[in-house]
Amino acid sequence: MRYSPAAGIGWAISRCAGLGKKYGLEWWILVAGAIIILAIVSMALFAGSIAPFSPHDQDTGPQLAPPGGEHLMGTDNLQRDVWSRIVHGSRTILRVAVLAAIISSVLGITLGLISGFSGGFFDRVLSLVMDSVYSFPGLILAIAFAAMLGPGVINITLSVAVIYIPTYFRLVRGQTLSIKEELYVEAAKAIGASGSTILWQYIFPNVIATTVVVFSLNVADAIMIEAALTYLGLGLPPSIVDWGMDLSMGKKFLPSGQWWLITFPGAMISLLAVGFTMLGEGLAEILNPRLLER
Amino acid sequence: MATILEIEDLSVHFPINIGTVQAVQDVNLRLEQGEVMGLVGESGCGKSTLGFSIVRLLRPPGKIVKGRILYHGQDIVQMSQKEILSLRGRKIAMIFQDPLTSLNPLFRIDRQFIETLFTHERGLDKKTAFRRAEKMLESLGISPERLSEYPHQMSGGMRQRIMIGMGLILNSDLLIADEPTTALDVIVEAQFLDLLNDLRRQYNLTIILITHNLGNVAQLADRITVMYGGTIAEVGQANTIFEDPLHPYTQGLLSSIPNIKLDQPKLKTMPGSPPDLVDPPSGCVFHPRCPYDKEICRVQKPETFTEDGRLVSCWLYG
Amino acid sequence: MKNLARYIIARLLLTIPMVFILLSIVFVVLRIMPGDPVSSMLGGHAPESVIELKKEELGLNRPIALQYLDYLWQICRLDLGDSMVFKQRVTKAIAEKIPATIELTICGILITLFLGVFLGAYAADRRGMVQDYVIRLYGIVVYCIPVFWMGLMLQLIFGIWLDMLPIAGRTGPRVFASTFEKTGLYVLDSILVRDFSALGDVLIHLVLPAFTLGLVLSGIFVRLTRANMLDVLKADYITAAEARGIRHRKIVYKHALKNAFIPILTMMGLQIALLMAGAVLTETTFSWPGMGRLLLERIYLRDYPTIQGVIIMIALIVAMASLIVDIIYAIVDPRVRY
Repeated sequence: MRYSPAAGIGWAISRCAGLGKKYGLEWWILVAGAIIILAIVSMALFAGSIAPFSPHDQDTGPQLAPPGGEHLMGTDNLQRDVWSRIVHGSRTILRVAVLAAIISSVLGITLGLISGFSGGFFDRVLSLVMDSVYSFPGLILAIAFAAMLGPGVINITLSVAVIYIPTYFRLVRGQTLSIKEELYVEAAKAIGASGSTILWQYIFPNVIATTVVVFSLNVADAIMIEAALTYLGLGLPPSIVDWGMDLSMGKKFLPSGQWWLITFPGAMISLLAVGFTMLGEGLAEILNPRLLER
Repeated sequence: MATILEIEDLSVHFPINIGTVQAVQDVNLRLEQGEVMGLVGESGCGKSTLGFSIVRLLRPPGKIVKGRILYHGQDIVQMSQKEILSLRGRKIAMIFQDPLTSLNPLFRIDRQFIETLFTHERGLDKKTAFRRAEKMLESLGISPERLSEYPHQMSGGMRQRIMIGMGLILNSDLLIADEPTTALDVIVEAQFLDLLNDLRRQYNLTIILITHNLGNVAQLADRITVMYGGTIAEVGQANTIFEDPLHPYTQGLLSSIPNIKLDQPKLKTMPGSPPDLVDPPSGCVFHPRCPYDKEICRVQKPETFTEDGRLVSCWLYG
Repeated sequence: MKNLARYIIARLLLTIPMVFILLSIVFVVLRIMPGDPVSSMLGGHAPESVIELKKEELGLNRPIALQYLDYLWQICRLDLGDSMVFKQRVTKAIAEKIPATIELTICGILITLFLGVFLGAYAADRRGMVQDYVIRLYGIVVYCIPVFWMGLMLQLIFGIWLDMLPIAGRTGPRVFASTFEKTGLYVLDSILVRDFSALGDVLIHLVLPAFTLGLVLSGIFVRLTRANMLDVLKADYITAAEARGIRHRKIVYKHALKNAFIPILTMMGLQIALLMAGAVLTETTFSWPGMGRLLLERIYLRDYPTIQGVIIMIALIVAMASLIVDIIYAIVDPRVRY
């Protein structure tokens, strides 16, 4: 049979509806989140062909023009096109947030596994450190890091990544401890499985399922921290296009009523965060309904 | 004797995503004032659902789809929310399986008593309410000082007595006890059943004792209703049912009790498993497990027949 | 009561290692990580000799371990040093700004608790109905709105378009500074001196910042409350209370909510961190003269002792707050044995 796009889409929709019936609202939350993320990711991938102007182009039309006509979202004080900056800005925030989440999850999961599995003094000290960092306001820690490291994409990514290591550590360590006590692990030990076999073949696969959910929620959070840092003028050099920086520039024009300069970048940050949160919540309810109550 | 409760053609359904659970189907039952009715059957037979529907406390999505429940001639099924509220705790009391979780852990006992009193008697002053709670506790054999304690400071038996006290402090005449002794140990259980017997005389109480423990029923009940698969199999005087069970299910149930007095060679068990109430068997719900299974049992629901003053739903007596 | 005192002391002792670790982390981040405070403070083009002199003066050339011990000893004496930019003790700079932050966060948390707990409880009571879905969606969306954007939008709508509320500062120009000398909490001060026109002015300035903070955090509390209420509403004592004829509304909002509130309370200690982070962003957006604004101003000025001081202060506040939450928990739940 020849593949036809319409049939493919039709199949996807009917499949979605089937799963929707099985899992109810949670499934639709997940789908809605995935659609939002997909839309913004494709915006970032095809930014060059979507945006009508270059984000740095300073003579696209009148200064501070309201939305309409040639400028879907108006122009800023430097006569740049707001919509084009939004399209290009999606690249920065996605890159920083996803990369930060990957860094912190890799570090957090590894440390959590080792700490929970080996136990002892090392585990106690590391747990205490992680708990202390966890209780400290993440944003303020990230501000301190960003201020010390100075502006730059790598630096802001590291500043965001640092604050989520304890999130993964705590989750993974807790799970490792409980799985370690499970009967099937005891049984594996009894037949002579080595420590690393148990860790990688029994504990790791169990842990990874729940971290998927946390990862998605973590990206949502990282998006807001990235935006906050750049809004505060801490994270990035001015040459980079970024929603948070556009927001802090637009803030100056709020008293004179140029609403489009703050409305659109902020709405995009929220939308992107909502997308990842919905995906995470949907996954959580379907995979493990009790996960988020802790 | 006057009739206190009359259940007519009651059906309770739970619509769930794979179909509808017919938890109670066409049940008829009549209770006389002052009697203790034992409601027995295996778990999932609808006995608790029947108990909960009398006070209209079915967990969603449970619904009474058909029938009437007449309490002193008034139909509970048709009552407004307000009318049913004034009945609960004031006329009809209920106690539950696990006394450890039936009291709000954050409120002191006195507060829970007084709240119940204030709910039903507007304008009562706090002092009188407190006195009444003290008196109630005394009559249950608990020192009144314990009113100022929290539930977690008391034993299970004590908490179950307090649950009864809260039900009876407003002189309810009907007590629905849903597996009240399951969570208690044997000695406490015996004391508790004695107490129930005393209270029944003292308050001229009608009791519905829902249980799967036939021993409890034997000690306390005047009459017994045996339920199976959401329907009533048999109703009769307690002693006659124990001595001469009519319904094949009752016979099976009684022979499966371990009896230490008789030296039975082997404990009999009933073949098969309880029916699927989403898709119940045609005809008599018991026919797939019945040793006397006849042609008619598979196609037609049994009518209720009267046999020696007993009601039995089985074609054997038709 | 004697037990309670013992519990509080034990809990206080447990806080010490946590505070110690946080202080060490602050030290590592601000002193050991790359980035040279002195040269960046002096503008980057200062001659080497000037930088060396300044470093010597600040004790930055000594061995790191010695600096660390010195740092800890300073904090023990409640001395956070002098500002590198202004002639000012850091402790004094912080003391001036703390009341504004406290006022903002208290109002914010009250709004959050009120909205979050009641919406969450209502949603749980209406589980699976339209109201439940709407409230859950509210929880997700509101949680995903960055605090500063919420602030800017509220400023735009209520401050610019409707012109109803002020968008910056703690008071208008027509209020005497002498009114606020007692505690620095402007609401309390204006009540103490019975200056009700000042009180009105303070309150209308508080509305937008407090709601910004409160609305954003309410999302988490909606979810926490709803999840815990769903558990509690399944409990036997809820059915038992229904069976005693107690009104449904009373059961939900008194019996169930009080029980659901205990796990919420235990999780509130962790939400304090979010509250402080939110306060920093709210303060910068609303020109609110609190600690968050102080922190950022001094970051732009590269005033390291003050930056360090503010972060230490925030760490202490977080530790204190989680201590207080634990103590309240012990008092509220009769089952806790100290």
